[in-house]
Amino acid sequence: MSDVLLARYADCIFWLARYLERAENLARILDVNETFSRDSHGGQNWRSIVQLNSDDERFFATHSAATAQSVVKFYVIDGDNPTSIVSAIRYARENARTLRPLISTEMWVQLNVFYNRLAALGEGDLMPGRLAALFGSIKEDCQTHTGITEGTFFRDQGWYFYQLGRYIERADQTTRLLDIKYHLLLPSPSAVGSPIDVSQWNALLRSAAGYHAYRRLHTANTTPARVAGFLLLNQAFPRSLHHCVREAGRLLGEVKSRYLLRHGNAAAEELDRLRGVLGTLDISTILGEGLHEFLDLMQQQLIAVTRDLSIAFFGYSPEASQAQTVTPQ
Amino acid sequence: MDRSILDGYDPQGLYCEMLRSSASHVIRERLSALSIDALKVRAAAANAELYNLGITFTIYSDARTIDRILPFDVLPRILSADEWRHIERGIIQRITAINLLLDDVYHDQHLLRDGVVPAELILGNRNYRPLMRGIDLPHKTYVNICGTDIVRDERGTFLVLEDNARTPSGVSYVVENRHMMLRAFPDLLDDIGLRPIDNYGAKLIAALQEVAPAGVADPQVVLLSPGTYNSAYFEHVFLAREMGVPLVEGPDLVVDDDRVFMRTTGGLSRVDVIYRRINDDYLDPEAFVPESMLGVPGLMRAYRAGNVALANAVGTGVADDKAVYAYMPRIIRYYLGEDPILPNVETHICREPKALRYTLDRLAELVVKPVGEAGGYGITVGPRASLQELDECRAKLAADPANYISQPCVNLSVAPTLIDGQIEPRHVDLRPFAVTGSSTWVLPGGLTRVALRRGSLVVNSSQGGGSKDTWVVE
Repeated sequence: MSDVLLARYADCIFWLARYLERAENLARILDVNETFSRDSHGGQNWRSIVQLNSDDERFFATHSAATAQSVVKFYVIDGDNPTSIVSAIRYARENARTLRPLISTEMWVQLNVFYNRLAALGEGDLMPGRLAALFGSIKEDCQTHTGITEGTFFRDQGWYFYQLGRYIERADQTTRLLDIKYHLLLPSPSAVGSPIDVSQWNALLRSAAGYHAYRRLHTANTTPARVAGFLLLNQAFPRSLHHCVREAGRLLGEVKSRYLLRHGNAAAEELDRLRGVLGTLDISTILGEGLHEFLDLMQQQLIAVTRDLSIAFFGYSPEASQAQTVTPQ
Repeated sequence: MDRSILDGYDPQGLYCEMLRSSASHVIRERLSALSIDALKVRAAAANAELYNLGITFTIYSDARTIDRILPFDVLPRILSADEWRHIERGIIQRITAINLLLDDVYHDQHLLRDGVVPAELILGNRNYRPLMRGIDLPHKTYVNICGTDIVRDERGTFLVLEDNARTPSGVSYVVENRHMMLRAFPDLLDDIGLRPIDNYGAKLIAALQEVAPAGVADPQVVLLSPGTYNSAYFEHVFLAREMGVPLVEGPDLVVDDDRVFMRTTGGLSRVDVIYRRINDDYLDPEAFVPESMLGVPGLMRAYRAGNVALANAVGTGVADDKAVYAYMPRIIRYYLGEDPILPNVETHICREPKALRYTLDRLAELVVKPVGEAGGYGITVGPRASLQELDECRAKLAADPANYISQPCVNLSVAPTLIDGQIEPRHVDLRPFAVTGSSTWVLPGGLTRVALRRGSLVVNSSQGGGSKDTWVVE
């Protein structure tokens, strides 16, 4: 009947996509860690996941050490931890409940069943021998969601805001993954070129589902710089920062012109600028000027984009948008 | 031939909707081809599917949400075309009278001047809204959506138990139960002349558009819900989807210059008709309960200015009041000059001394109901009550007689119901749903609620009730 989209719905669908993307990324990271951490780096790797999510304080308030068992429990089934997979899917389902008039019944049913399954998991399901299968099924459930959405979600404004959420979250996740792993694996800039543990860099690529694509591109050695360059700047890799930023910018431009939305120019300009930066920089420049600083800046700018979208389209006042971008709904 | 699953079924002398129905022959034959085990398997699958689909009402405890399905019994309740024609005519008559009553109450009040209903019963009613006085509504339709609770006594007579003229719920279960039956029992439904019900959404939005403010070409309809925490949220979603309209909450709407808008990604967008699932009290903090967070400040100004339609209209609660109900046969005769097609259950109005004495004398035989409660709360069923409960009831009646009515204990009809792997009789009622814009349309069938506890007459979902699919069969 009409092309209008409630501001609140746009907000919910944006975050629905983000929570699914977040859950999938977390499952990927935990999965790869579980598989590749049985070595000298093992303990440190589990600790790094806690750092990746900036959860040190909350995690160590209830756990004495970051062991495989405690970290997996904290990030998979702990409903009191807002950054756990079960929490992400619970938030996604709550958003989906609000969005039921908008989303397809298939989307809702799959999320409902997915959440009920996660909520029923206990510590017995986290035994080492069962983890790979569990992470596999979580990833698959997330991907099933993506597939059902692609195949059933009506292509109106809601679809654009859904995809915007997905790409912005994915961009953010990629920068966080690289940030923590890079510094863990390469503690000082002077260590560039020193012998490295290739298997760890391969693991990093695997957690971003980028190992095979990377191999096709770089048949020669795995180097930290090349891995970082691939994850940040490659234009064809669907989880690279550059790809995600370009897609987000394209989607925003399209939704604005197709539905004659007057607001959101600040976010559009910001995304455009970011895309320009990512298209001209090379990885050696980024590493030379400091990877961490660069990633931090990228994260800040993605937060700024989310804030602009919240004010322009989701009905937030400038003050409220500040809190909203850092706290899960 | 195998034993029919109904072979051991004994309705214990009560009126049975299945065995007494002239339209159930084919269905009983088909049911007899099923084993009780097969029936159990299909029933379990159907209830699991309702849960996965999230066709639930929500209970909140310890800040966690618990989703419960309305228990669904797979044995349908059958109505013949003749029975349905009678019910349908009766409902249309009743709703016509209710709309005339409301238009009169909020305009000239002939009915009060002619002494048909005591004036204080209307003007002193807590659901009477003085600010509705003098507002002219399109087609003079106040009750756009009505759910009429109907029971059947031991002789098979249909009686109206209650009118729900404010925000009746349950229609989503009617449609979803049918979808469930179509999936679980395609063999049972095949080619029996079953009246379809899946056009409810289309009929509803057509009626809502008919009552839009004059001169609006393509009226924007929205459904206003209290939000996801409301126990009927699933139904709000269902209705918004069936109509293809936005499901809004109070904060999504804003009133500017006596016009209503919703907040969208593109800015403010005009709203013409609001199907509101919020009680009058919470609609507009400027006009009613000031602390309401659910409503829209200024909504009543826009409504009074004729810039937006509300469905149902504000102030319909005077018509479905349990005390006013007692006068409904007289109200029908007064406005329409006709006898009621569907009689009331005999009702004693305890505010009248004679009726109070009658009630107190026969407390153990009567059902005593508070006039202001919904959901089956506060009811004392005399024949089932303990001496202590009767004493408590007596005390409440003495303290505030005007708050109560009493009715004889109607031995509700029963329908065969699957209970723990057995087919047993359970009491049922019927809530048909009627939609009124410029005229009234009744959804064939309605919600059959079933009291799942043995012997219980209370069918409400909050009190252990379930539901059945209702089939109007040619």
